[in-house]
Amino acid sequence: MAETVALKLTAKDFKSDQEVRWCPGCGDYSILAAMQRFMPELGIPREKIVFVSGIGCSSRFPYYMNTYGMHSIHGRAPAIATGLSASRPDLNVWVVTGDGDALSIGGNHLIHALRRNVNLKILLFNNRIYGLTKGQYSPTSEIGKITKSTPTGSADTPFNPLSLALGAEATFVARTIDSDAKHLQSVLRAAAEHEGSAFVEIYQNCNIFNDGAFDLIKDSTTRDAHLIRLEQGEPITVGNLNVVHPEGSFGLKVQEGGTPLIHDATVDDPAYAFALSRLSGSDLSTTPIGVFRSVKRPSYDEIVRKQVLDAKAQATGTPEEMLDGLLNAGDTWTIL
Amino acid sequence: MAAPAKRVERLDRVVIRFAGDSGDGMQLTGDRFTSETAQLGNDISTLPNFPAEIRAPAGTLPGVSSFQVHFADYDILTPGDAPNVLVAMNPAALKANVADLPAGADIIVNTDEFTRRNLAKVGYAVSPLEDGSLDEFAIHPVALTSLTLGALAESGVSKKDGERAKNMFALGLLSWMYSRPFESTLRFLERKFAKRPDLVAANKTAFQAGWNYGETTEAFSVRYEIKPAKMPPGTYRNITGNQALALGLVASAVRSGLPVFLGAYPITPASDILHELSKHKRFGVTTMQAEDEIAAIGAALGAAYGGALGVTTTSGPGVALKGETISLAIALELPLVIVDVQRAGPSTGMPTKTEQADLNMALFGRHGEAPLAVIAPKSPSDCFHAALEAARIALTYRTPVILLSDNYVANGSEPWLLPSVSELPDLRVDFATAPNTDDGKFLPYLRDPETMARPWAVPGTPGLEHRIGGLEKADKTGDISYDPANHEFMVRTRQARIDAIPVPDVDVEDPSEAARVLVLGWGSTYGPIGAACRALRQRGLTIAQAHLRHLSPLPANLGEVLRAYDKVVVPEMNLGQLAAVIRSRYLVDAVPFNQISGLPFTAATLESMLEDVVKNG
Repeated sequence: MAETVALKLTAKDFKSDQEVRWCPGCGDYSILAAMQRFMPELGIPREKIVFVSGIGCSSRFPYYMNTYGMHSIHGRAPAIATGLSASRPDLNVWVVTGDGDALSIGGNHLIHALRRNVNLKILLFNNRIYGLTKGQYSPTSEIGKITKSTPTGSADTPFNPLSLALGAEATFVARTIDSDAKHLQSVLRAAAEHEGSAFVEIYQNCNIFNDGAFDLIKDSTTRDAHLIRLEQGEPITVGNLNVVHPEGSFGLKVQEGGTPLIHDATVDDPAYAFALSRLSGSDLSTTPIGVFRSVKRPSYDEIVRKQVLDAKAQATGTPEEMLDGLLNAGDTWTIL
Repeated sequence: MAAPAKRVERLDRVVIRFAGDSGDGMQLTGDRFTSETAQLGNDISTLPNFPAEIRAPAGTLPGVSSFQVHFADYDILTPGDAPNVLVAMNPAALKANVADLPAGADIIVNTDEFTRRNLAKVGYAVSPLEDGSLDEFAIHPVALTSLTLGALAESGVSKKDGERAKNMFALGLLSWMYSRPFESTLRFLERKFAKRPDLVAANKTAFQAGWNYGETTEAFSVRYEIKPAKMPPGTYRNITGNQALALGLVASAVRSGLPVFLGAYPITPASDILHELSKHKRFGVTTMQAEDEIAAIGAALGAAYGGALGVTTTSGPGVALKGETISLAIALELPLVIVDVQRAGPSTGMPTKTEQADLNMALFGRHGEAPLAVIAPKSPSDCFHAALEAARIALTYRTPVILLSDNYVANGSEPWLLPSVSELPDLRVDFATAPNTDDGKFLPYLRDPETMARPWAVPGTPGLEHRIGGLEKADKTGDISYDPANHEFMVRTRQARIDAIPVPDVDVEDPSEAARVLVLGWGSTYGPIGAACRALRQRGLTIAQAHLRHLSPLPANLGEVLRAYDKVVVPEMNLGQLAAVIRSRYLVDAVPFNQISGLPFTAATLESMLEDVVKNG
């Protein structure tokens, strides 16, 4: 595209004039910075990019991007973005959401956007806590979590966001971490290149209400023993252990020896990526990051648009003539 | 065989009700009779009445479905209070409807269904055809099922398919009785059963057999004629409110040049709008069946943000769910059309029955100060123009608009004088394309001084990148603002810009120019109120009628109109919602008159109430 060549944008071009108002030390800053650094790579003019968010700390994100943006209402960003994306194929639409926004109040819209494969890039900032309402547990908080609303411990089992997305047969599913800028950008790149819904879980530290939630896989002293870096075509390992698929088992196992699985995100059956997603629970003891699944399926946008374009292609006459024909269709009678 | 010559009687109007089991095809039968009647040029008004259950147990009272058609040689306003003719396909249909009949009414019953078992199902110990309980009516017993099967004996269709054709026998008989042209029905059967030529033939045969039965049997000695009505010249078609509304939205697409994006979740009685619009993709109409009511309006709002005419269609329960998104649309100041086809509530209520009880919700049912425009169609065909008007207000003033239809106008039908496309309102819009300040900035909340609308700057427009959201915005810049004075200003501005939408003055109909009582209605009560007023005037009484299409903002002359009368009566199918607005807004002692039975007012009910007010104050 000619305009791509002409574009010489930098991270600075994507910074809006609004003062960023997250708490000092919040993981959201690094995600914002990574996004602003990554955006010029896309080669897409700023006016063609839209960020849609819901409610929560993460959902302030659009205000800070010098693109088009809508800070909407709690949980509804995927629905709003679906209407925008389906009616405007020329736009590059991103959804920024959090664990409460996407998985509690907006759970329904998330799974339906994913099953439809709407052409959206959905970034779920998962800090496992409610930040903006000051510290209640979230649908990704570990069971037994002591918070303001659960002084004796939360009683509900958390969602595994990736398992949920894969259950909805999302065509692109990935996980990354706020503090690993390089990895974050590589995942954003892969998501941006995907046609259809791309779902990215970003582990994000809330230093006020849930500080250190992901230290086990961030701290250099523990990270290597717990973090699994998924690379296409590479063996899946953690520390000196291998991830294997024991014969007769439905799931995967982390063990010494054996033959490590070779990662292939393009496996069509979501069961493979689902099995990968089950390696990590609330305790993060063996947590894969990277692209779990990346498969091709026609997007909702494409199918819906084609139906409209096909109908238009078969139509004859001006819109006014067509409307006149439509109004006069069926059994009519004339009074002179 | 030479049939005895039948006497032909001329009538000026007839009300026929077709009633049977949900599976008997009564809606279709009524629909065809209506279409034949339209071809003849009578004025028509129809009222379908069916249960929410798709197939309630056969032969039971809850399973009764009916279709009433009123036709006349003059212009009529309602589907008629009481049927002159009841076609009862089984004992349940008779029992459910007989109380509505005036003495002397004709009842055509399918005697084949009057078995002991079927009678017992609805609590008849003895057949009402034999116990004298129907003596005040003219009973025409017809063995509809066996006559149909007899006619189809050679046709080769199964007994089941043959029995199903009995509604066509009934239609044939009624078409004969009322001298209806039936070519359109034969064409319809060819279309409907295009893939089953045997059924086309069977249904045509059944229809013809019914017609011949009327002509030859002595049970029917009179044939009726109703001359065409004197209606304004032009081309007409019969149309339901839901169809008209959908066509109005298609017309809005054509007249605005914008794509229409409909987000909808199936709900009775609004789903037909979704069905209809999904057929018209060639006009650039995209329909999305969303996962829920909230997603439906969310997607419509997202599309509106992108420059489409966003529409969502639903009924009361759906509007309740959409409330938060409507408020967002108010804060974002984006165009959006929300169609509420009202039904009886609260909660699931009676999904197939009518009501006007969502007015309060439309006007006030949101958090915060959240004003928007509200309009209501007065008849089935008016839904077309109401849809265009909703689109016009939404696009011109960049606001959500609630269109309050209801089950009565949505499923009722009437002849529609087809408009000329070029005379429909011009809905073209101007998107913002350039910065709107002298120093080259773009201020997303800088208003047009005339419309008070903010610029519609859609994504994709270079140089106008901006962020909007549900947080309070600073005047002009649209930046997040918690400034107390700014919030007060913005709240008042959002109200003021709705109040300032110019809407036509309300007209008063009072041929005497001497009336002291005004009856004020809104929406679907136009027909019965109008019919009641006519009846009173024919009896020499004076009454003035005014009818509101715009509920928000209200017409500028309304206060003056109301104060000109000694008495203002407000009939509504709710507990007095408009009356309360009128009382608080204008300090006028508006007297509510309320019916909340799930059925429309009859003209007779209103006539007697208004007569009392006119005579006794």
